[in-house]
Amino acid sequence: MPATATESLPIGSSDDVVLVRQRVRELAIMLGFRLVDQTKLVTAASELARNTLTHGRGGGVQIIPLLDGPKKGLRLIFEDQGPGIPDIARALTDGFTTGGGLGLGLGGSKRLCNEFSVESEPGRGTRVMIARWA
Amino acid sequence: MERIPILKIGSFLLVSIQVDMHDRLAMSLQDDLTAQIVKTRAKGVLIDISSLELVDSFIGRTLGNIAAMSRILDAQTVLVGMQPAVAITLVELGMSLPGVQTALNVDKGLALLQSAIEEGDHGAGDGY
Repeated sequence: MPATATESLPIGSSDDVVLVRQRVRELAIMLGFRLVDQTKLVTAASELARNTLTHGRGGGVQIIPLLDGPKKGLRLIFEDQGPGIPDIARALTDGFTTGGGLGLGLGGSKRLCNEFSVESEPGRGTRVMIARWA
Repeated sequence: MERIPILKIGSFLLVSIQVDMHDRLAMSLQDDLTAQIVKTRAKGVLIDISSLELVDSFIGRTLGNIAAMSRILDAQTVLVGMQPAVAITLVELGMSLPGVQTALNVDKGLALLQSAIEEGDHGAGDGY
């Protein structure tokens, strides 16, 4: 499949997390990302996909190739209808966790990408957007 | 179910991770490896991750746990072959794998384990 159209992938199991990072890797290669940039983007995608699975109780990701600007890139939007994040600033702090992990997922993903935003409403779900340029 | 093979070489165990690890596979490696350390009385564990193109916080935490568990079971763990892009990403993610010994490749990792174990043997003799 060429890297032109937006794709949606479900995130409902830990196998889906692997499929998301494999597809993000393939598209990043097609778009000419260098190895280090591929690895950073795929690692961020893995962290956020796992957050969608464990904190959001499953959801999905939209993968959007960015082809119009001077540089090519990839935008990923992770969405779930889970319990939401009551305090986003706190959730972005390294070491803060409610899931029994290390609490690096959200803050770490922000550092690994060029663009990052989180929207969340308690009880309604969470939407995390990241983008990285090749 | 899919499993990561654990090979015994002398008094060491060698694990070479060749697949993109999903979370359950990482957990089963942790269980299998601790069981094998006890069963074989291994003194050292070498984990080769040269084929691994991604180490996220979950995999990193599992590797750290394996090192901590094997230490408690009287075996040392050395992580070998990490790709430079993976190392750069891990540090930027905020994970520097404290408490995990590393070496560039399997040869250097084996030498590190060998010397650590010899040192341990001499150390045990001190004071007698």
